[in-house]
Amino acid sequence: MNPSAEALRATFGSAIGRAVESCGDTIVHVDRTALLEVMAWLRDTPGQQYDYLVDVTAVEYRDRERPLELVYNLRSLERRADLRVKVELDPRGDLTVDSIVPLWRGADWLEREVYDMFGVAFRGHPDLRRILMWETYAEGHPLRKDFPLRGRFSRAEQVRQALAANPEAHYSLEELSIAAAYDELPPDMRERLRRGERGRIPHSE
Amino acid sequence: MKRVIETKEVAGQSPNYLLAKAQDLIDWAVNSSRANSLWPMPFGTACCAIEFMATAASRYDFARFGMERQAFSPRQADVLICAGRLPFKLAPVIRRIYDQMPQPKWVISMGACASTGGIFDNYAMVQGIDTIVPVDVYVPGCPPRPEGLLYGVLLLHKKIKGESLFDRAARREEQPLDERGLRLPPEQIDEISEPFGNSVHQFRSA
Repeated sequence: MNPSAEALRATFGSAIGRAVESCGDTIVHVDRTALLEVMAWLRDTPGQQYDYLVDVTAVEYRDRERPLELVYNLRSLERRADLRVKVELDPRGDLTVDSIVPLWRGADWLEREVYDMFGVAFRGHPDLRRILMWETYAEGHPLRKDFPLRGRFSRAEQVRQALAANPEAHYSLEELSIAAAYDELPPDMRERLRRGERGRIPHSE
Repeated sequence: MKRVIETKEVAGQSPNYLLAKAQDLIDWAVNSSRANSLWPMPFGTACCAIEFMATAASRYDFARFGMERQAFSPRQADVLICAGRLPFKLAPVIRRIYDQMPQPKWVISMGACASTGGIFDNYAMVQGIDTIVPVDVYVPGCPPRPEGLLYGVLLLHKKIKGESLFDRAARREEQPLDERGLRLPPEQIDEISEPFGNSVHQFRSA
C-alpha cells in the first residue's frame, strides 16, 4: 500500500474514502468536493510530489448500482511512485466536478475528452467543449451505458447532420495556423472562416 | 447503347455508319488515355492505407497501370481511393475533396469498412462511403491484398473503357444533393445494403 493513502487520510479525514490496493497500484477514493484540495496537496507537499498527471479518464459500469468513477492517474517523477485517485459520481445525478486544469495545464484536453464521452462537467475548465465528436453532435455522450451502440438518430439523419457540418468552423484561424495566409485563401473559404459558422451547439444556452 | 438514331441507306453505306465509326475511334482514344493514366487521390484513414502503400511500392507497383503520379491534391486527381474506415466527422471532408476533383472522376472504395462500415457498426462510423460519394468499384477484404486493389483498378479500367463521350445516358454527370444529403434514394440504399447483413435491426438509410 502506498504510504500516501495514510498521509491523505491523516490530512483530510472524512473526505478520503476507502483505499485499496489492486495489482500493485494504490487506489484512493476521494470525495468530489475535496478533489481540488487533495490534488493540490498531492502535487505540492514535500514527500508527496506527484508532479505528473498521467491521465484523466472515467468508467461507467454495467452494474447500475455502481457509481460512475472518475480516474486520475498520478506519478511522482522525483520519487518514482504512482497513485490512482478516484472520484465517485452518481451516473443519474449531478455530474459536476472541479477542474484540475489550474493545477496541471495538461488536464485540459483530458477533461474535454471525459466531458465529450461521459458528460462530466468540469467546473472552472477554460474551454469545455467536445474534442472527439464534432461540436454540434447532439446525440449525447457515447461511452455512457445508456447510449445505444449505433447512436440515437437514424443513419440517414446522422449522414445528413455530418454532411451539414462545416469542418473549418470547428477551428479558429490560429488553430489552423493559416492566419498569416488569410488574404490569399480562396474567397469561399475566407467567408466560411470569417463567419465561423458552427451550427447549433446543443445545451449551449 | 443506342447511338444511331436515324439510318439512311445511301449507295449501300450509311453516313451514320461512318459517324459511329468516328465516334468509336474518338472514344477509344479518349478512354484509353483516361484509363491508362489515372491519377489517384489517396484518402487513407486506416490499415487499408498500409496495403495501399504496398500496392504503390515497388513489389506491386501500380505505376505499371498508369497510376504513376499520385495526386495529393484533389484538383489534379481523377480517381479517389478511400482506403479505410470513414467516421462521420470525416464525411464532410471526403465530400469536399470529391467535389473539388475535376470531372470525369471515379471512386474506388477499398476494403470492408469503406464499402459497408465493416465491423464498425456503431455511432461514429459511416456505413459505406456510397452514402457520401458515388462509388464505382468496391474492393472487398479486410484489408484487401495489393492484388485485390490492382484487380479493382483493372475493373475500373474496364469501366472507363466502356464509357462514351457521345452517350449522355451512359455518362455520369454530377447532381447536386438535396437536403437529405444522400447520393441515392433511401429505398435504393436499403436494397444495396441488405446483402451485407451487418445491420440486422437497422437499415443503412434510416
